[in-house]
Amino acid sequence: MENNIVLKMRNIHKIFPGVRALQGVDFTLRKGEIHALMGENGAGKSTLIKVLTGVYGKDEGEIFLDGKEGAIAIHSPQDAQKLGISTVYQEITLCPNLSVAENMYIGRTDGIYQNWKKMNEDTEKILKSLDIPAKPTQQLESCSIAVQQMIAIARAVDMDCKVLILDEPTSSLDEQEVAKLFKLMRDLRERGVGIIFVTHFLDQVYEVCDRITVMRDGKLVGEYAIKDLPRVQLVSKMLGKELDDLSDIKGEQKAYQKEEGAVPVFEAEGLVSDAGIKPFDFHIDKGEVNGFTGLLGSGRSECVRAIFGADRVTGGTVKVKGKAVKISKPLDAMKNGIAYLPEDRKVDGIIGDLSVRDNIILAQQVLRGFFKPFSKAEANKIADEYISLLSIKTASKDTPIKSLSGGNQQKVILARWLFTHPEYLILDEPTRGIDVGTKIDIQKLVLKLASEGMSVTFISSEMDEMLRTCSRLVVMRDRRVVGELSGEDLNQIKVMSTIAGGDK
Amino acid sequence: MSKPEKTSASGNRLGDRVKNISDTNLLLTITIVVFFGMYLGAIVFQGAGFLKPQTFFNILNANAALIILSCGMSLVMITGGIDISVGGITALVSMCCAVYLDYKGGNVFMAIVIALAIGLAFGLVQGFLVAYLDIQPFIVTLAGMFFARGMTTIVNTKPFNVENEAFTALKMTRIVVPGMGSVNKLGKYVNAYVEIGVIVALLVVIVLFCVLRWTKLGRSFYAVGGNKQSALMLGINVKRTKFISHLLCGLLAGIGGFVYFLHVGSGSASHATGAEMDAIASSIIGGTMLTGGVGNIIGTFFGVLSLSTIQNIVSSAGLDQAWWTGITRAVMLCLFLLIQSVVMKVRKKGIAGAK
Amino acid sequence: MQTKVAKKSNLSDFFMKLVKNQCFIPLAALLLLVVFNLIADPTFFKITYGFNSAGNPVLSGFLITILDSGSELAILAIGMTLVTAATGGQDISVGAAIAISGSVLLRVLCGTDSRPETLQTPIIVAFLVSCVVAMLFGAFNGVLVAYFKIQPMIATLILYTAGRSIAAWINNNELPVISEPSFSYFGEFIPGIPIPTPFFIAVICMIIIGIVLKVTNLKLFTQAVGINESSSRLNGLNPAFIKVLSFVILGLCVAVVGLIKVSRISTINYSVIAKDIEMDAILAVALGGNALSGGKFNMAASIIGAYVIQCLTTTLYKFNVQSDALPAYKAIVVILLVVASAPAVREKFSSLTKKLKVKEVA
Repeated sequence: MENNIVLKMRNIHKIFPGVRALQGVDFTLRKGEIHALMGENGAGKSTLIKVLTGVYGKDEGEIFLDGKEGAIAIHSPQDAQKLGISTVYQEITLCPNLSVAENMYIGRTDGIYQNWKKMNEDTEKILKSLDIPAKPTQQLESCSIAVQQMIAIARAVDMDCKVLILDEPTSSLDEQEVAKLFKLMRDLRERGVGIIFVTHFLDQVYEVCDRITVMRDGKLVGEYAIKDLPRVQLVSKMLGKELDDLSDIKGEQKAYQKEEGAVPVFEAEGLVSDAGIKPFDFHIDKGEVNGFTGLLGSGRSECVRAIFGADRVTGGTVKVKGKAVKISKPLDAMKNGIAYLPEDRKVDGIIGDLSVRDNIILAQQVLRGFFKPFSKAEANKIADEYISLLSIKTASKDTPIKSLSGGNQQKVILARWLFTHPEYLILDEPTRGIDVGTKIDIQKLVLKLASEGMSVTFISSEMDEMLRTCSRLVVMRDRRVVGELSGEDLNQIKVMSTIAGGDK
Repeated sequence: MSKPEKTSASGNRLGDRVKNISDTNLLLTITIVVFFGMYLGAIVFQGAGFLKPQTFFNILNANAALIILSCGMSLVMITGGIDISVGGITALVSMCCAVYLDYKGGNVFMAIVIALAIGLAFGLVQGFLVAYLDIQPFIVTLAGMFFARGMTTIVNTKPFNVENEAFTALKMTRIVVPGMGSVNKLGKYVNAYVEIGVIVALLVVIVLFCVLRWTKLGRSFYAVGGNKQSALMLGINVKRTKFISHLLCGLLAGIGGFVYFLHVGSGSASHATGAEMDAIASSIIGGTMLTGGVGNIIGTFFGVLSLSTIQNIVSSAGLDQAWWTGITRAVMLCLFLLIQSVVMKVRKKGIAGAK
Repeated sequence: MQTKVAKKSNLSDFFMKLVKNQCFIPLAALLLLVVFNLIADPTFFKITYGFNSAGNPVLSGFLITILDSGSELAILAIGMTLVTAATGGQDISVGAAIAISGSVLLRVLCGTDSRPETLQTPIIVAFLVSCVVAMLFGAFNGVLVAYFKIQPMIATLILYTAGRSIAAWINNNELPVISEPSFSYFGEFIPGIPIPTPFFIAVICMIIIGIVLKVTNLKLFTQAVGINESSSRLNGLNPAFIKVLSFVILGLCVAVVGLIKVSRISTINYSVIAKDIEMDAILAVALGGNALSGGKFNMAASIIGAYVIQCLTTTLYKFNVQSDALPAYKAIVVILLVVASAPAVREKFSSLTKKLKVKEVA
């Protein structure tokens, strides 16, 4: 074994009911390097990290630390910390109501007495040595998110951590804050700490990292030195398409022909919400299928949420069929014929304990109003109709939706929105986590709906799907729109290079 | 690049001061200011009665038990829970001790042990249900409250005064506060005094203040109340911490129950009605947040004093009908709940805006 | 052999269906109580026909008491079920709110005179005023919960303490007495009808809520909000409004119970009226198999639950348990119910049964 290896994971397997989340993944971390762990949704990187930090037990495989011979066992996050593996998450896992110094030391000192003086002095020293702009006696909540994150890192460092995992620490930071954080990361690298950096921001990877490990579908794609892996290569590896054998999948749909003088079904100018996206312009015509593309976390979901009024809209103007309207809450959007299938099915989509039937009629029921419920017979008829139309597999229409499979849940939500007869349908990751057959069903449906005159915005992590269905793609990177592709430009290479940006 | 940093650093000094003070201290400051303002107002508008030290000591005498109950309540609330069984436990303790002393001819020492045991038992069961079975604390302690009240009636139906000699001697013991006396209407100098319960209450306040400030356990109460998930990640045994908070609250309810008993000297099923509410109100007025993680025992102490001072003011203003007390308490509670929610919202916004 | 197995599974299917029906829990509890009373003392079921002091024909007996007092509880359970479903919390101020609405009712009926010869206002007007007041207090609770995001139980704690004081304040702490005999019809008997009126009022309330649930989307929307607030919002619902609405409906129920309570004695006792009734109402909802953490609800089960609770109360009374001691027993029932439905306990239990099944298979 190389003696500068601090962590080695070998042949890790992890199976969840119905999913093989990790299949024989290897991972190696050296002393004093910043190592990016990259992959799209469902690639298994968060599972790998949870295995490493003891949140999940592994089903197979070994973990070695510090070049020692014996494999180690990690049963809990506390175990991991004791072994020198610390994690700093995107959501701060410190206590906002305590002081900075307390957050540094709570839960890891002996005795029953809390020595404030010593604690504050020690903290002062550490903060100074790491150049973190905070006072030990300050309440944590009064620090900015970036500083809070640095304090979490300082705590980890002070606990003699050898492996520091940063799980999307930069998602809610602005540029200056990111710069400060990177400075701290480089400092730690000098001190010999091995850092695993999980992020969705490509620019950041190329700014600080030494090495990249790419994962896809629970498998290891490969480990690369940063200089050996240009951006486009990285994107193609994450998305699962080797650049060499790109058979240039061109969309099957006909190039969309805009009718002369037709007004867009939906039009937005400078639209911006409080979810952290930059203002963007957008429009869609009748019968058009377009999409937002970009890596996870690039802001594509936030854009469509702003269109639907799901996040608080803070600026911009919106026109529906040429008429200026105000969309401040989902009901406004629904009344204007917009429907939105949300990204997170469990949290935002299904009403778990309600029956399939109730889930199907819900949105239309809200539109009809409080005093006009569907009769039981009507509701049953509607439910039957959509269950057969979308071939939803369910024991009965009275079955609670939560007991259906993911794909069928998604179809029910789709049925809910189709039943509102929208003119403009937004589908945010409709195919995530569902079986292949259903995926194809949904794609076909999208094209059929468009041919009948419905406008559809489609978001998917899978490039093929997007190319197959959309006639125009809005490309996003780092929370801003960076390009719009249509016609001849709609091919993998072009899309990927636009996503990757930088060294085109 | 460093330019924006500078502007934020050289911002409003006072604003920075306010921003850097911790939530706990901010709310504590508000409480103490409110109390002194109120007391001053009382002296100015209600006349000399409030100037006599004994008026103040009487407030202490009457509220010693409530101070102890409120301290327990604050502990649980800081941890993010609630306990509404304390009033019921007080009644049960009074009744059990009364029955034991008068009907069974017991001694005072054993009565104290009984009081503590009852409190501990409630704390133990409720703490277990809340911490380890993860049942909503409100439901658990609501049941606890009804159980305690019901049990009080089962132990003895009729209210009665205790005549045990040793106990009455203890009850009548007055501790003179030197130099605080005043001359009464007949021109005689009367010593100012407090009851034993007040000494107990002050001890509880001091001990708990120290526990919360200078022990790991105390700080872990705050951590758990601030963010349960984070506390777990920081290596704190969240379940045990919750359990201990309920256990201590039960124990304090036992102590408070005995102090209450010592003050009134009788057992009755209707004793300490609404005491849970007073305790919650005092805690909240004292700057303990309902959402947990913020609070201070000193604040709770002043919360109790504020609550009873305002009641004194209301009654000496001529609104002495019984219902005004209830309404005043509820209005105070409602007001401070809203103040908390508004102050915290503004602060959050300020911090986010500063970023 | 095969047919036998099939038959057996059919039977067990039927049994499973029965067990899974939400009304099964309260009905089973009722059965238990009935059997217990049958064995302990069958006179529990005796109903006698007689005449009351006013010379009206009346039925009396323990069962009639259950029908009578249980009706108040059933009406409250309707509102409490909705609040529980929408907010995942309970309203503990209903007893105090009943005191307020009863007090308002008397105040309007009596005007300035605490012992009027004739009523100052028609009963229906007074009732409507008390309804409005009770609904306003409900809305107050609802706003604290929905807009200020205070936990329901804490928010309602305010009214819980202040309520009875407010009630006393409304009537200057006097105890108005109504001498008009027709006022007592609501809480006692209508001349010529031997069944207590509260039962009819409860039936009317049940019919109304039944119709409301049928002709409006109250059930669907309340459940949706209670199960998944974020998703409900994305479906165009206004969760805060639905929550306030549930508290307002509970206010209406409170006003009806207030009328019955005051009518029973033609006067009011501020500190005793509807004492501890919040506990019974919460119990009724829990016994009806509705999750106290909100979501799906079954109104019929709650209503049956209310009568079962009254049955329990009456049984305890019959065995000379004092009314002030009742809460102790009910508290035990509550704790047993919540412990049995606690996720931690359920998990343990299901893993235990799984183990048993594995053993059986082996």
